[in-house]
Amino acid sequence: MIRAVMERFSGRSRSATPPRTGELLSGGSRVESGPDASRGVILYLEDITVSFDGFRALNALTLYIEVGELRCIIGPNGAGKTTMMDVITGKTRPDTGSAWFGQTIDLLALTEPEIAQAGIGRKFQKPTVFERHSVFENLELAMAGDKSVWRWLFARTTAAEREQIDAVLETVGLQDRREEPAGALSHGQKQWLEIGMLLVQEPQLLLVDEPVAGMTPQETERTAELLGSLAGRHSVIVVEHDMEFVRSIARKVTVLHEGSVLAEGSIDEVQNDPRVIEVYLGV
Amino acid sequence: MGATPRREAGGLRAALHADRGGRIFLALLAAVAVLAPLLNLLVPASSALHLSSYTVTLLGKYMTYAMLAIAVDLIWGYCGILSLGHGAFFALGGYAMGMYLMRQIGTRGVYGDPVLPDFMVFLNWKELPWFWHGFDVFAFAALMVVLAPGLLALVFGFLAFRSRVSGVYLSIITQALTYALMLAFFRNDMGFGGNNGFTDFKDLLGFSLQAPGTRMTLFLGTALALGGSYLLCRYVVSSRAGRVIQAVRDAESRARFIGYRVESYKLWVFVFSAVLAGIAGALYVPQIGIINPSEFSPANSIEIVIWVAIGGRGTLYGAVVGALLVNYAKTYFTAALPSMWLYALGALFVLVPLLLPQGVVGALGQLRRRADARRPAAA
Repeated sequence: MIRAVMERFSGRSRSATPPRTGELLSGGSRVESGPDASRGVILYLEDITVSFDGFRALNALTLYIEVGELRCIIGPNGAGKTTMMDVITGKTRPDTGSAWFGQTIDLLALTEPEIAQAGIGRKFQKPTVFERHSVFENLELAMAGDKSVWRWLFARTTAAEREQIDAVLETVGLQDRREEPAGALSHGQKQWLEIGMLLVQEPQLLLVDEPVAGMTPQETERTAELLGSLAGRHSVIVVEHDMEFVRSIARKVTVLHEGSVLAEGSIDEVQNDPRVIEVYLGV
Repeated sequence: MGATPRREAGGLRAALHADRGGRIFLALLAAVAVLAPLLNLLVPASSALHLSSYTVTLLGKYMTYAMLAIAVDLIWGYCGILSLGHGAFFALGGYAMGMYLMRQIGTRGVYGDPVLPDFMVFLNWKELPWFWHGFDVFAFAALMVVLAPGLLALVFGFLAFRSRVSGVYLSIITQALTYALMLAFFRNDMGFGGNNGFTDFKDLLGFSLQAPGTRMTLFLGTALALGGSYLLCRYVVSSRAGRVIQAVRDAESRARFIGYRVESYKLWVFVFSAVLAGIAGALYVPQIGIINPSEFSPANSIEIVIWVAIGGRGTLYGAVVGALLVNYAKTYFTAALPSMWLYALGALFVLVPLLLPQGVVGALGQLRRRADARRPAAA
């Protein structure tokens, strides 16, 4: 606790920066425009290094994600997959390196909500939906737009918003559970609801952490279809352990090992790479 | 419990439509507001139906407590902020009103000083401290009733929420806040009457506080304020911002991740709640006729939380039920068995969370649902 406070005052904070005064009073946060992906690349991570008490979770990681791409990231435990997601979403600040969203948005200069507003959505490993709110309300809460207190105190859900929510409900296959509390959904359905919550934010880039962990085979299959249908309209990064699943969805796979990229390519290329076989796929 | 029922159109009307307990409460409140003046002013004192002025004042006091309980339920039941210092905002509103009432006394005080309240003359002060200026004007005092608790909550909440202090740590510093204020207000040189506080009030806006008509007007004003606070809070919790607030309560970091400035929502609702508490305090003081630093005591603030827990949090009307039940029990016990009150309060605090985890209102709701479930089976 004391250490965290000292870090904050010395400006070395690795955790998210506290909000600035003006923002605190205004309620919402805005980033004026979306990312400029005119060069065909949506995310640039260059030379990112993160160390925790000497342990290098990320070691000069460099990674580019193209617009509309569906990329799978695999790697053994401790390879830095989650830390990478944390850096992209602003939860962790890297010691060195740069992270750009399109050509113009410097992710390292933004807070967590600002990054979310800029168009990066993250789905966590453990589904965290608002259990006591209905499925519809969960999606409504997640919607894109100005989220300041004053606006939301008087805002009503418009017909256009309702239409958008219903469209997303259809995409994730939860249209029949619309009014139910999210806590009543099955594990797989919660995961889809969470993906739906990302979709209503209209993100350019989706980060999806272990989407099929704990799912039944049917649910896994349905999830693969869902993620496949999202690619093209969104850029998607999926972190996953399940090789079967990765094979079923991936066009391009990146293997992380000890905080940096070990190999990159199609699933077959990667699976036949001797270094990958050694560290991850195991023999 | 806490999740709001589905509603498409939004707005207060739809919210009330789904709020059965709230409709019952408002109907009862309206009935009391109509019956009390009739029974108090029109029915002769000799009749068995006559409502004594003592009872009217007691009801008025309960209603200010109910308002305070609603304010606490708004932040605790809906936003998960457990304030153990809300008595401080209530007391500040009360002190602002008390300062106006003190200045209304004028030459009728024991020392007859036209400007200085008695305690200042007693302390040998020669002139009015700067912060007492303006309190001879009711509109200014009314503004201070809102501003004093509101600004304190704004500064306190800004610092606490920005540093992401939450949970039990926040509860502890709210206790410290009210305790520090109590110590400060006990000091004579603060200029708030020291441990005696303010009392011996004469009139409000020129009307004698002893007159039955004034008392009844204050009572009706309190009923109106209580009903208004309820409607405002119901509007807030059923607005989209209200759903955000509940989302913050259930999964704070998740709400932050989908782009809400959680700190601002908390700050806003905290200040709003503090202002409601201040207004309740301002209505309490002229009816009770005294305000002193004991209103700041940490135990008072804890008691408010007990009211809400016993009534059932996260429902708003449950807070009202809790405030009335506990305070009625307190009035009864302190008169009938004075030594037993603290034991009774302690027992309530231990037993209610064990036996009725969702409070009285939650238990009643469960009974009703069970009855509903049985009915179609019988038919």
